[in-house]
Amino acid sequence: MVKLLQRKKTRRQFLVDASKGACGVGFMGLGLAGYSNQSQSFNPQMLRPPGALAESDFQSACVRCGLCVEACPYDILKLGRLFQPIPTGTPYFIARTDPCEMCEDIPCKVACPTGALDPALENIDDARMGLAVLIDQENCLNFQGLRCDVCYRVCPAIDKAITLEVHRNTRTGHHAVFIPTVHSDTCTGCGKCEESCVLEETAIKVLPRTIAKGELGAHYRWGWKEKEKAGGSLIDPVLDLPDRVPEVLK
Amino acid sequence: MKNSHSLGSEAIAKKGWLLANCFLLLRRLSQGLILTLFLLGPWAGIWILKGNLSSSLLLDVIPFTDPFVLMQSMTAGHLPIFEAFLGAGIVLLFYIVVGGRVFCSWVCPVNLITDAAAWCRRQLKLRKEKVINPQWRYWILAMVMILPLFTGVMTWELVNPVSAFHRGLFFGMGLGWGLFLMIFLFDLLAVENGWCGHLCPVGAFYALVNKVGFIKVDAVNREQCTDCLDCFDVCPEPAILKGPVHGQKKNMGTLVSDMNCTNCGRCIDVCAEDVFVITTVLSGFKSNVKQVEK
Repeated sequence: MVKLLQRKKTRRQFLVDASKGACGVGFMGLGLAGYSNQSQSFNPQMLRPPGALAESDFQSACVRCGLCVEACPYDILKLGRLFQPIPTGTPYFIARTDPCEMCEDIPCKVACPTGALDPALENIDDARMGLAVLIDQENCLNFQGLRCDVCYRVCPAIDKAITLEVHRNTRTGHHAVFIPTVHSDTCTGCGKCEESCVLEETAIKVLPRTIAKGELGAHYRWGWKEKEKAGGSLIDPVLDLPDRVPEVLK
Repeated sequence: MKNSHSLGSEAIAKKGWLLANCFLLLRRLSQGLILTLFLLGPWAGIWILKGNLSSSLLLDVIPFTDPFVLMQSMTAGHLPIFEAFLGAGIVLLFYIVVGGRVFCSWVCPVNLITDAAAWCRRQLKLRKEKVINPQWRYWILAMVMILPLFTGVMTWELVNPVSAFHRGLFFGMGLGWGLFLMIFLFDLLAVENGWCGHLCPVGAFYALVNKVGFIKVDAVNREQCTDCLDCFDVCPEPAILKGPVHGQKKNMGTLVSDMNCTNCGRCIDVCAEDVFVITTVLSGFKSNVKQVEK
């Protein structure tokens, strides 16, 4: 009997082995899940290629093959390395050094084998890699009344994605300031503006749209837009109350 | 029981060095060729094979996708486009024909590291001891498949050294070197064949594919075996050889049918008595039947 027990696995031995395995693997799993959660909050200056799905969808779709990187004719795309502040193996570009050149045939999207870069993206102007934000108004030369204008001039969608809005220069009192103003409906987030900003540290930065954009409450309406839609005021015009002059004054 | 001869020396004496290392050389050739084809693109501008082991494109026409990575992607909640399924189908079909774990010994670059560690272990005559259960890899595989359900992303691919090796070489390694150094040291000092034979979930996945693998090793001539145990010494999964080589009394078949076999062919190399051949499941069945009839 003893011999038999030694040769065959006893129930006790089986339970011990199984719980050993489960504990070890559970421990590993916990560590991995923690690391994976950490890697969700990565450097916002690492931008995804054109057509990338929303971030969490992108991370489940991208198989980290690097075909987009090899397809990019300008070599701007990189793959995240182990323990870099971006999920390992996923593609990104840094606008300040290597902005997207916005190829019309979007070779990176064509190369993607899984649809992590959305095959439905036909026109590169519809890409939304991020949104340029003039984040430092204190150092932007245009905000001080100088005519730098570089971000405006390099924008591939000049006068649409970035316009110069004229305001009064309150510092001098008799000049204008030309404020570079980004429009989120046309900005692709290519990063040309960020690359070319003449400051030591750029004043205009391309950020993921989830960070850059605000959102109205679902209930909120712009009065003047609703008025336009309705073709007139939604409330009655001001009531003309009857004039009640005191009797003594009559 | 041994130490009187070094591993494979009898085979070299009998068959010549080349034949006694035939499968090893072929495997290194295969691993090197795949690496070279991938590297020719970024290094020399010759684009035969693009991408890496996770997904690639041969001659701009034939897509390959690792079915293991694709399954993780799907459990993370993504429905891939047709091209990915086609690529995964081609890869799966290939491994069903040649044997699932052929990936491990003929393709996977981490094999170079763990083989080197195993070689060092043999040279240093480090004692073999059972530290962890080889079944752990299947637990880890289960974990790798379940985690994306909770995290919503491909958690294993954050640290997977199998895909990280090629990707690191082609696209930048960063701190990845540390990972491979750890695997080498783990295999050398902690557990013999520790990574590939006990932990790696990629190997575990391809072992499951191996259940229907077509090409197998067969110990057809086991009556010629002289019990030198060289095959057990060199085999990365020695447990699988017990039945086929020593199971004559128990009427066990000669086919190495265990799913953990990587078809590396080292047992064929080091055997001086030509006990092993590489064959298909079909002829393996025949020889098994013969064995039973005897």
